[in-house]
Formats: sequence, C-alpha cells, structure tokens
Amino acid sequence: MKQITTPITDDVIRSLKVGDAVALSGMMVTGRDAVHKWMIDTFIKKTRAPQGDDLQVYEELKKILNGSVIYHCGPVVSGLDTKEYKFVAAGPTTSIREEPYQADVLKHFNIKGVIGKGGMGAKTLKGCEETPAVYFHAIGGAASYIAQTVTKVHGVFKLDFGVPEAIWVIEVKEFPVVVTMDSHGGSQHAVVEASSKKILEDLLAR
Amino acid sequence: MRDLTNEILELIRRTSSSLPPDVEKRLRASIEKEEPGSPARGALETILKNIDLSREKSTPICQDTGTPIFYVHYPVGMSTIKLKAQIRSALAEATKRSFMRPNAVDAIYDKNTGNNLGGDDFPYVHFEEVEGEDLTIELMLKGGGCENVGRQYSLPDNSLGAGRDLAGVRKVVLDAVQKAQGQGCAPGILGVSIGGDRGSSYIKSKEVLFSEMGTRNTDPKLAELEERLTSEANEMGIGPMGFGGKTTVLDTKIIGLSRLPASYFVSVSYMCWAYRRRKLTVKGDEIIYD
Repeated sequence: MKQITTPITDDVIRSLKVGDAVALSGMMVTGRDAVHKWMIDTFIKKTRAPQGDDLQVYEELKKILNGSVIYHCGPVVSGLDTKEYKFVAAGPTTSIREEPYQADVLKHFNIKGVIGKGGMGAKTLKGCEETPAVYFHAIGGAASYIAQTVTKVHGVFKLDFGVPEAIWVIEVKEFPVVVTMDSHGGSQHAVVEASSKKILEDLLAR
Repeated sequence: MRDLTNEILELIRRTSSSLPPDVEKRLRASIEKEEPGSPARGALETILKNIDLSREKSTPICQDTGTPIFYVHYPVGMSTIKLKAQIRSALAEATKRSFMRPNAVDAIYDKNTGNNLGGDDFPYVHFEEVEGEDLTIELMLKGGGCENVGRQYSLPDNSLGAGRDLAGVRKVVLDAVQKAQGQGCAPGILGVSIGGDRGSSYIKSKEVLFSEMGTRNTDPKLAELEERLTSEANEMGIGPMGFGGKTTVLDTKIIGLSRLPASYFVSVSYMCWAYRRRKLTVKGDEIIYD
C-alpha cells in the first residue's frame, strides 16, 4: 500500500495508476452536493452573488484545497453542542451526483484527488487528466472504520447547509482507498461498465 | 399503554450499529469467492472489519442512516397516535446520541431539520392491526445511495425486449443491476415487486426486504426466479463496490401483487450490503429484541 500525505505533488499524482491501494494522510475537506453547487454557482460560473460569509470561506478553502483532496462524505458528527467535534461515522457518499461540477471544481481549486464511491464519468476523467488529479475509491458503508482514521476535526464551514452537507476540515491518518480513475485516462468504472453491459446483452438474448 | 420510547431508542441503536446475523453470514461466505489481494476482496475485508467495529462501539455501520422505515403490527385497541409520537421522540433522541445522522431535509427550502423529524412522511411509519396480544415494531434503515439506484419498469419494455411475463421480469431486473453498477454499495439485495400501481409496487418492493436472507417465495415459479436472478446478476462481474468481482447480489426477494389489466409494473428496490433491519417484540411485560 502506498503512503501519501497531502498536499500532493503533480509527480505523485502522475505516478498513480488504476488499482493502486493508497493510505492517505493529512488535511482534507468534505464536500458533497450542496457544496459543489455552491462553488460552481458562486465562484466558478458566478451566476449567484456571494452572500454572508461566502467570500471569507472561499479564501480559506483556496488555501486548504490547493494540492489537497475533497471527500464526498456526509458524516455523523458528535459534539455539536460543545463544538468539540468528533467524526463518529464517515464513509463515502455516491460521487456520480457531482459529475456536472467536479472537473471545474478540481481545476479551479487545484485539487489533487477526489474521495468517494461508485466512481465518476467521462467529464471528471478528463478533468483528472488535465488538473492532474485522481479518483480515490473508499469503501462504501465502512463508516465506523473510516471515522477511526479521522484523527482531528479542525473546523467546519457552512454548517447552515446541515451536518451532512457542511464543509468539514479534517485531518486523517492512513485513510484506506483504491485508485479507480487515474490521471492517464484509466477508469476501472468504465471497464466494468462496458464488460457488464456485454454480459447483460448475452443474458438478455438467452 | 406503557411508554416504549426507550425501547424504541434501543431498537434504533441496534439497527444502526449491529448488522443482522443472516446478512453478516452471507458477507463472510462471499469473501472466499474473491481473488486474494483483489480490490473486491479488500472491500469485503474492510466491510467485515467495519461490521465488528460498529457493533463494538455502538456507532453507525454507515453514516447514511437512511430513511427510517418502521412497520408496526399492533394488537386491537392500541393507540397508533401514541405509538407514532413515541417513535418520533425516540428517533430525535437517537439523532442527539449520534446513532442516527440528521437526514430529514425539506425538499423545497433545503433545510435539514437537524433531528430526523420531517413532515408526516418522515420517518415512514406503517401501522397494521393484528390478532393477538403482541406488539412488534420492525425497523429498516435504507440509505440514499441504494435508494437512488432503484428502478421501476412498465412492461412491455421494447428497448429490453421485455414482455408481460416472468421472462420479461427477469430481463428488467438484470438491467436494473447492470445500471446500478457499484453505486448502490454492492453487494446488494434485490427487492422485486411485480404488479400493483406505481405507488404500491415500490412500497411492496421494500416491504419484501423485511424477510430473512434466503427466504424463498412460496410459489415455486417465483422461488426459482429469485435464485436465477441472484446467480445471473453475479455473472455480470460488477463485484463489491463495482470494483469487478464475483459478488454483486447476495439475494433476491420477489413478491407478486394484483395489477390492473392495463398495467404491468416491475419495481426493483436495491438494498446495499449495510442491510440494517431489526425487530422489537413486546409480549406483555417482556421486551424481546431479535
């Protein structure tokens, strides 16, 4: 298993291939549906004017995300009353919902990796080649196990999006993932999609 | 009528953190089918470690604690108004204790209520009056990832060459599995209902998931189709998490309904491997958890 710590260099990203098992460490942020839409609308396509603390959060995120990783995750968090936050359960959510946004978000913030589950499509794969970045697949549903690798919750932005949708800034130690989309156009998801489609056609013809 | 809030809270804790033994057994058995060192096997190994850890620490198996689906069978004369209030209050407390993630989001205003209590529809509670003295409360937690890959077909479906018969049903169910890929957190369990209207068809495709793994339909024709679908779904090689591999579907459960002459619906509810369902029985003063 390869040990990689954020921030990640382009050379390290280019060295990763589909099938590589990686233990990730360092700072990263969570972001899912509401966050991706907010990033695109407010800062990338600018169809919505910044409101409240948007610009301040944006400046902070630019620093944290540069060379780092975004994790598609809506965690269960304890300590909401005392603000002594702790991740109780934190597996990946389905990534494909971010397909319309992901490539642009990767490039805009110079993000080096996406952690999620289920894989993503052609647009994100192209984004991975161009940025460069990779897709790290975590094990869906392994929430207690992954939460144990979250050693510290540094803080949270946009808690008004709700606990699952907020931007949690976390530090992880040896978070286990598998590269399923690399920066050279390789995608395990495209391979399995195509091979299973062929078998389905054979089964339907029976 | 006694207050059951604490007992329901315990039911929720168990459901969220402790996978039923029949599901765990299937997952353990499937690990041997995957190549040593493969991502598929690695995924199953992590899944099994997570099951142990969640049980030991009383933490959610999956952070997506899903839609709480309660099925309540109550004796004649018991108040469903009171039972519903107790269920809701237990759920809010379970959320406070981090057994559940706050999951009820107002679809119009995008606001998370923070306590898992939405409108009358959230949590989903189904009541049924039954003969006898016992009260049973069953709970299933169904996450959004697997819910999103569920599908409904109206037969005939020309694109799949699926007619209005069991051969057609087989085709659309296999199509649903192929379209789901790993996104429903494979290996999954299929709940299939044939017939009904669009609403009842989907509801029954979930209800059938309350039965144990390996439970076969009493109609031999449907029992055979259940076995065949599980086996053929696994031929597609999608594997755990969609990594590629032999274990894609752990079991298939089919229910046949009445339909209108004009309609022939097939609904497929996909349940992720984190197949969380538990039961509470109240027998007089005795409280039994399965």
